[in-house]
Amino acid sequence: MTTALAQAMQTIPQGVDYVRILPELVLSIFGMIVMMVEPMIDERRNQRVLGTIALVGSMAAVAASVYQAGFPGFAFWNMVRVDGFSIFFHVLVTTIAAVVILASYEYMSVQKIRAGEYYGLILFGTVGMCLMSSAVELVLIFIALEISSISTYVLAGFRRREAASAEASLKYFLLGSFATAFFLYGIALMFGATGSTNIDKISQSLNAGNTPVLAYVAVALMFIGLGFKVASAPFHVWTPDVYEGSPAPIVGLMSTGPKAAAFAVLLRVLFEANAPGRFWMIWISAALSMTLGNIGALVQTNVKRLLAYSSIAHAGYLLVAFAAAPEDGISAAMFYTAAYAAMNVGAFAVVSHFANAGEKYTTLDDYAGLGRRSPVLAATLTIFLLSLIGIPVTGGFFAKFYVFSAALKANLVGLTIIGVINSAVAAYYYLRIIVVMYMREGREDVPVLDIPAGLGTALVLTLAATIYLGVLPGRVLDFAQHSATDLVQVIRPSAPVARQTSPQ
Amino acid sequence: MSSEALNSWILTLVTFIPMSAGILLMFFPRRDRDIRVFSLVTALLTFVLSLHLPVHFHRTQSGFQYEINVPWISSPNIHYHMGIDGISMWLVVLTTFLTPLCVLISWRSIHERVKEFFILLLILETALIGVFTSLDMFLFYFFWEATLIPMALLIGIFGHERRVYAAVKFFLYTMVASVFMLAAIIWLYAKVGSFDFVTIQSAIRAGQVPNFQGASLWLFLGFFVAFAVKVPLFPVHTWLPDAHVEAPTAGSVLLAGVLLKMGTYGMLRFNLGLFPAEAHRNAPWIAVLALIGIIYGALVAMVQPNMKKLIAYSSISHLGFVVLGIFSFTTAGLNGAMFVMLAHGVSTGALFMLAGIIHERRHTYEIREFGGLATPMPMYAAMYLFIVLASVGLPLLNGFVGEFLVLSGAFQAHPVWGILGATGVIWSACYLLWMYQRVFFGKVSHDENNRLPDLTGFEKAALWPGAVIALVMGVAPLIWLGAIDPAVQQVLTPMAQMASKVVGQ
Repeated sequence: MTTALAQAMQTIPQGVDYVRILPELVLSIFGMIVMMVEPMIDERRNQRVLGTIALVGSMAAVAASVYQAGFPGFAFWNMVRVDGFSIFFHVLVTTIAAVVILASYEYMSVQKIRAGEYYGLILFGTVGMCLMSSAVELVLIFIALEISSISTYVLAGFRRREAASAEASLKYFLLGSFATAFFLYGIALMFGATGSTNIDKISQSLNAGNTPVLAYVAVALMFIGLGFKVASAPFHVWTPDVYEGSPAPIVGLMSTGPKAAAFAVLLRVLFEANAPGRFWMIWISAALSMTLGNIGALVQTNVKRLLAYSSIAHAGYLLVAFAAAPEDGISAAMFYTAAYAAMNVGAFAVVSHFANAGEKYTTLDDYAGLGRRSPVLAATLTIFLLSLIGIPVTGGFFAKFYVFSAALKANLVGLTIIGVINSAVAAYYYLRIIVVMYMREGREDVPVLDIPAGLGTALVLTLAATIYLGVLPGRVLDFAQHSATDLVQVIRPSAPVARQTSPQ
Repeated sequence: MSSEALNSWILTLVTFIPMSAGILLMFFPRRDRDIRVFSLVTALLTFVLSLHLPVHFHRTQSGFQYEINVPWISSPNIHYHMGIDGISMWLVVLTTFLTPLCVLISWRSIHERVKEFFILLLILETALIGVFTSLDMFLFYFFWEATLIPMALLIGIFGHERRVYAAVKFFLYTMVASVFMLAAIIWLYAKVGSFDFVTIQSAIRAGQVPNFQGASLWLFLGFFVAFAVKVPLFPVHTWLPDAHVEAPTAGSVLLAGVLLKMGTYGMLRFNLGLFPAEAHRNAPWIAVLALIGIIYGALVAMVQPNMKKLIAYSSISHLGFVVLGIFSFTTAGLNGAMFVMLAHGVSTGALFMLAGIIHERRHTYEIREFGGLATPMPMYAAMYLFIVLASVGLPLLNGFVGEFLVLSGAFQAHPVWGILGATGVIWSACYLLWMYQRVFFGKVSHDENNRLPDLTGFEKAALWPGAVIALVMGVAPLIWLGAIDPAVQQVLTPMAQMASKVVGQ
């Protein structure tokens, strides 16, 4: 290991190093192409060309991620590691970007948003998210986190004519920077405690002897920073306002892409680095997120806010997997991010289409009678909501199932009970949307537009993914388990990890 | 196709034909007549196919038949495992029997959003059949939950004034209760590593499940709560009257006819099949709840001013019999419980149709709005009387056989149970006949009732099969009991051993 490392230090980056960051390169290049083409297009004219370029870019990135799977290993002086785990999140994040771009296709012209920067920022943000999952060096992780965050701060404020959007952007930016500072401080302390910012070295150092107190503080600070990014309680307060103000397709992106990437970092930091003292921190945050998220969602009348609280709750379910043992927990968490991405991007795509110009129609009352006036849209949203509830043969069911069975296997009975009760409570507010759509008479003044091609494709894709994960979850789970063992193996050979004992 | 080749496919076909037809319907143009005809043909086809099951059923053989077991998902270890025994077979046939009748009774009464209605009805049929045919507990749970959505939508979209309230109440009540069952299923999976009913059952019997002793009470209760809400048993019954009163006629028929039986079927299959010792230990209080249900349901039914609510409460009373029979742990009791389930499905289904028919003409269920209806509607009155008598338990009709068996079983188990239960039969005669008298006898009390038309062709077609079956079930119950008995015996054998073990401890 160390000789290979020394060799790598001395040689300049080889060709294969670039292959290991190929998706990031592809995305950056296409992002720049979008930015260059943008000034050449008359802004009053159709800006679909830009969307098409961005779409091609993100799809090329998906292909590059898959291609990357043939080149596992370290790159750039051990800063980037391509393994099953990073491939999984690369494919996930780039696919999310592609679907969001598709869903934004017509949204742009309806909302009168200039498309160049919008698509460019999505692509650049995706670079950050991709890098977050493959970086194994805390400083690089931090930079990647910033790339993705800054892009999303700007994207949140893209409905420039709306005060709410500006508020969302500013709030997200201020609180987000504050949280990033915590993360950075955590890195600094971790460096102080272990003498390295490389995750493998940190892991070796922490496993070698007794853990310094500084390491505990460092893990706690990093957890705060990442907890903010994934919107887990008690770092969740920004979520409803930001989601309400941001453009709906971007909320679909924000609530899945950066979140998935941040969860990937959490998995790396907590499990691969074998962070000390993580158990109770996660336990409390998971319980709080589920409970506060669901209780908050119960009283919402705005669908975007409701889904914001629901995303807090889902972050809580996901954290339950983190509290379980690494073997099952990692794969359960990975599967959950994928299933959640499919259903949430889909749900927000419907919301964004229905919201119409200026996002006027986002309250529950506006959804009344949708089942009659737009049966296809209503049926699609219903399936996403059922998946969010966790009804069988949807991805949401297996996601919850794997998480809770991993938790039960680790004897986390208390946390599982809290989770199960919470998912029963959650059924109520998701159901309320379905009830309103189908069982209440609609107002005539709420227009329903035809489903345009781009959005239709996005809906078909997310719907297919949601059902696929619900009917045949085997392949995705197998892949997740496979890559989870990659992650666990890194810890295992040096020293067996002391399994956290549960409170029960 | 030879019947042998059909045997392994028949359950899949019967289960999924309705849903496939429902999906096809989504692409139909909105020509209501075509949609109705297509639904009827599908429902009849399913019924005819399902008759294959009793015809080729090996009555003497215990265990599951027509099995199909192929791996579906490797992690978690889920199999597509279906199979039926004498208990579930008749419930499948009951479902396929009632669905075409539901299509017929909705022929004219549903005239808005016809397409959605029949799509939901057909999907509901698949879910209901799936509950009875699946032997993999995951599959079972899936179908169990899947019944909720079409049913809630049927109530919520096509129901009467307070439909949304009733639909949401129905959904939440049963959904929350099922979560406990899911927790129990996941616990079993975590310990056994399989969702397969047969595998889990044999693992429990062989004592290979770690920590089973400590957990068995909670597992038993987890399943029981989900089933008790569905039945519904006494303290958790309050969703039923609302759901029934607000539901469209076809919804009520399937709700009372089949959905409630999912609960009692679950008790029989899972509570008794997996946890015989716990079932024994908990039988006393469950029997008491069942008795309260019988008597309380009957008393409340008696004072209902609303015809449909009266029938709904009578269901609570009748289902009390079923639970009492199941937890008597006697051959007669269990056979009787099964028979009551079937008889109640047929006759209460018909009662709800009859109530729906009058509602369509007068737009009310209030009993005092009627009186002397026998004069303008003689055919309707005759049919109503026949079904009421079947429901009351007149010998030679279907209600009698089951109630008699349940009561004799209950008497063997505990004389007081038998005596108290027997009063339920008397009460049911009181409330049903009294209602009949107020609605049909005497002079026509409201002028508008003079002009009410008698049964139409579709309504007759929907009612006659039920009436005929009610008679056949009363005269020749052995057709049904012949297949039920071996299955019941199989449930009871380990019960007896367990019981002696419990006493031995």
